[in-house]
Amino acid sequence: MSLEIRNLHACIAANGTEILRGLDLTVEAGKVHAIMGPNGSGKSTLSKVLGGHPDYEVTEGEVLLDGVNILGMEPDVRSRAGLFLAFQYPMEIPGVSNANFLRAALQARLPEGEELEATDYYARLYEKMDMLEMDRKFTARSVNDGFSGGEKKRNEILQMLMLEPKYAILDETDSGLDIDALKIVSSGVNAMRGPARGFLVITHYQRLLDYIVPDVVHVLVGGRIEHTGGKELALELEAKGYDWIKDDIAQAVSA
Amino acid sequence: MSTELLESTVQAKQIDIDRTAGNFSYPEQHTFDAGTGLSHATVDYISDVKNEPDWIREYRHKALDVFFSKPMPTHWASHDLENIIFQNIRYYLANGQKPTRSWEEVPDDVKKTFERLGIPEQERKFLAGVEAQFDSEAVYSNMKKALGDQGVIFVGSTEGLKEHPEIFRKWFGKVIPTGDNKFSALNSAVFSGGSFIYVPPGVKVKHPLQAYFRINAENFGQFERTLIIADEGSEVMYMEGCTAPKFETATLHSAVVELVAMKGAKLQYVTVQNWSANVFNLVTKRAIAHEEAEVKWIDCNIGSRLTMKYPGVVLKGRKARGEVISIALASDGQHQDTGAKMIHAADETTSNIVSKSISVGTGRATYRGLVHIPKHLKGCKNNTECDALLINSTSRTDTYPAITVRGTGNSSQHEASVSQISAEQIFYMQQRGLTEAQAMSLSVNGFVNDLVRQFPMEYSVELKRLIDLEMEGSVG
Repeated sequence: MSLEIRNLHACIAANGTEILRGLDLTVEAGKVHAIMGPNGSGKSTLSKVLGGHPDYEVTEGEVLLDGVNILGMEPDVRSRAGLFLAFQYPMEIPGVSNANFLRAALQARLPEGEELEATDYYARLYEKMDMLEMDRKFTARSVNDGFSGGEKKRNEILQMLMLEPKYAILDETDSGLDIDALKIVSSGVNAMRGPARGFLVITHYQRLLDYIVPDVVHVLVGGRIEHTGGKELALELEAKGYDWIKDDIAQAVSA
Repeated sequence: MSTELLESTVQAKQIDIDRTAGNFSYPEQHTFDAGTGLSHATVDYISDVKNEPDWIREYRHKALDVFFSKPMPTHWASHDLENIIFQNIRYYLANGQKPTRSWEEVPDDVKKTFERLGIPEQERKFLAGVEAQFDSEAVYSNMKKALGDQGVIFVGSTEGLKEHPEIFRKWFGKVIPTGDNKFSALNSAVFSGGSFIYVPPGVKVKHPLQAYFRINAENFGQFERTLIIADEGSEVMYMEGCTAPKFETATLHSAVVELVAMKGAKLQYVTVQNWSANVFNLVTKRAIAHEEAEVKWIDCNIGSRLTMKYPGVVLKGRKARGEVISIALASDGQHQDTGAKMIHAADETTSNIVSKSISVGTGRATYRGLVHIPKHLKGCKNNTECDALLINSTSRTDTYPAITVRGTGNSSQHEASVSQISAEQIFYMQQRGLTEAQAMSLSVNGFVNDLVRQFPMEYSVELKRLIDLEMEGSVG
């Protein structure tokens, strides 16, 4: 069981600018993979392409979710197939309460004619909210509407806890979080780690990886994975920056 | 998952509204039919069949002359009005039944139609009384005994004018005079059906009074006439909902609704309409609010080819309050031209207008508002908010507010906004597992949510269902 990305090429649909240039990466169920990389290397594009964002066009390659190619599927079909994306900038949906939104998302996963049981739903929702130290009043507030940056990120993790995806992609979930919120969000993610679930954690900073300890760390440069290592690689990047990897690439090209 | 995969590859972005939800009808057997066309003979025919008193017959004939003499209001309104061929319309049609009071007496095919509309179930739930209109004549009228004991009158307009002339004549045509506009004149000439309600002083009607009606004959105009009088200190809510079956040629609906709220009375009028896409819906609705009275119009317009409707309140007594809460949904090829009128005519009167519109495909939503506060008044306030949501790049919205506030002690506040559902929003929701249509529907419901909460519960459920249906059709 894995989320397997094979030779993925993707460009911006509007102008054809290529961002991902032959990306290969396999996230096995049960593992946490981290992706680090300099600005503009394609980290956020990767998460959007995996989610099926209409702004990007895949020109080559495959993405196999437990063996099934998900490219060409609508974003909602990918979601129901078990792919979750925690957004760097979660959208606001005025007038739609968090409780109703999550309920609709869960209802969409049930077979036709089957209704979500309300009592069980709220029991589960409150349990997860307690885990993330969220106030009960939050259920009645509109999705991300007027939320602080930290509240939005916490909400992303809550949705992930409720939807129980097979593979979760966390796109810079640590940005905008203070250290307390970072600990809470990380504990939420850690609670979900298990043999049946894979994570792809995209981050700029090593800090997050102190709390969500990865099994594998990848370095994304210029739309390709240029370096892969263990969790200690994150520390090395923090200390030395990305230039040494770029130098390696330059040497390899000139050699 | 494999079938989903196949379906998901189809990405045609076309607008194709599915209207099958309201598309059903049963064979009709009309005992009385005035034929097509409009003349003084038509008016006589209607008056004869209804066995009406002379005063109303004369009233109809005068109104017809006014109708003929008035030009179409196309100097400000849509030129689509010119496509109404008055000579092709049937102005009176009834099953020939007198209003009945028990469900058992209602013919089976009529019951079948009502069942599709969910009436019997609603009746069981909480109805105090039902006045259901099938074609132009009420076939079913039922009122709980408790209401009757309190002196509340809830009957069809024909029965009202015959049985309760002392109340009916006093107010009929006073809030909306025949010559108010071309279509109020037309209604005054050929009206049939509609409700007459009188609530005696101090009586608070606990449950909403409901009327359902629908058009069930092709090329047939429905001209119901409703008059509601809430006497001093009384309270009543009236609810009206319609679905119409789909037909190929234009159908005209032109109602007149007059409300009178006496001193300290509270009157609410709730409408949820879902006309089929060929209906011209041209309605005049107005209330008079006396001292410290409160009138609230809650109005939801879905469907029709062209709707023109601007519920109004004449704030005639000190401290009277008027409110219009409206939602309009204009789908492909439809034009919702709606709004509100607030005429302040006494000190310390307040009015509130909140309007939200949604335009889908080539749908067009127009807001027209009239607020009038003359110079000699003191302490009057108006608040107007109108928000428009555009779904597609071809959708259209216009706002024509006419606010005249004079005098130093009066104030008016006006806010307007136009927004669009962004592709990012839809992607976010789809990423959580909702289809594009479900995501659209949720966003639209969110947009109108604060207004929908003011609707009675079962109407808000129905409204959500109607929005869901419209949104299913709005995406490819």
